Amino acid sequence: MLAPVNAFHLAQVNVGRMLAPLDSPQLADFVAHLPEINALADQAPGFVWRMVDDGGADSTSLRPEDDDDLLLINCSVWESVEALHDYTYRSAHLKVLARRREWFERLAEFHHAMWWVPAGHRPSVAEAMERIALIRENGEGPEAFTFRAPHPAPSSSPAL
Amino acid sequence: MSSSEDSALEALGVLGDPVRRGLYRHVVGAPEEVGRDAAAEAAGVSRSLAAFHLDKLVEAGLLEVSFRRLSGRSGPGAGRPSKMYRRAEGEHTVSVPPRSYDSASRLLAEVVERAGLDGELQAAARTAGESEGRASEGGTDPVEVLRARGYEPFWDGGKLRLNNCPFHALADQFTALVCGMNLAGIEGLLDGLPDGEGWKASMDPLPRGCCVALEASGEGRTSSPDL
Repeated sequence: MLAPVNAFHLAQVNVGRMLAPLDSPQLADFVAHLPEINALADQAPGFVWRMVDDGGADSTSLRPEDDDDLLLINCSVWESVEALHDYTYRSAHLKVLARRREWFERLAEFHHAMWWVPAGHRPSVAEAMERIALIRENGEGPEAFTFRAPHPAPSSSPAL
Repeated sequence: MSSSEDSALEALGVLGDPVRRGLYRHVVGAPEEVGRDAAAEAAGVSRSLAAFHLDKLVEAGLLEVSFRRLSGRSGPGAGRPSKMYRRAEGEHTVSVPPRSYDSASRLLAEVVERAGLDGELQAAARTAGESEGRASEGGTDPVEVLRARGYEPFWDGGKLRLNNCPFHALADQFTALVCGMNLAGIEGLLDGLPDGEGWKASMDPLPRGCCVALEASGEGRTSSPDL
């Protein structure tokens, strides 16, 4: 019997401003952890896709805001909120998460958003940044939410 | 007295009996569900007495029960499924006189999180762990010191895993902050303990329990992994 295929997948974006350039000694440990953490995501249950730059390994050469050389973007798609949650907080990813302030500024504004996309959809940088703008403007809602108050996937089939 | 205080006292009152307390500790300290026979053996009581007390613990909401066929067989002749016990999810806290350290800790964590003071918190946790390790009375074996702090350690192959997260609700809300604090605290503890040499703690979360696992190199391990 075939498993039911979800019509919607969960997209997530987060941005982080580095405390120093990517090639500085201060960021060296973060950079060194990237291959392991990305491979872990690729193999994680419920992982669907993650945004990569032209290099193809990760998204560290993308700059989502033109005038900000230190702002990185991280965007990915998952089968469910639970799958993303387990990767984020219940995998070896936690060891870099717990060291976030060694490498990234604390941003006062929302720097993270999740939203539902039709299965197969791959968000662009512009689309992901729109969700960040949305949650900054309106707060958490069905169009852009966080782990604190996740919204369920839309019940109807996606209008493509 | 509030009704929530009443229900907490009723639940905890059930643990007043030493046999029951022994059974409870055995079940919650085990990484897997525990059957009646194993619990009875660990507590040194008969199977029927263990069954009586285990069911009292379930009634009080401290344990949860499920049914499983231990033989692995099914269908006619497989026998009745066994009752298996595990820790219930709920937390019970009662303090006399009333204290609200949990609400204070949530507020403090929120401010520390907003201020981005992860590094400062980790440094404080490390220092506190070191001095507690140095001052540790009643043994300096890291396994026993962690057990005394409520981590419920158990060996999983060559790794010492911790079945309980002492900061559970706070870690759920402020995961990166609190798990980083916890790891630094355990690292500090190992540094402070005379027998902590050769031990290494790292983040290695399983679906449940504390996110930290420990490894002892060579002479560091003083307890048998079978215990």
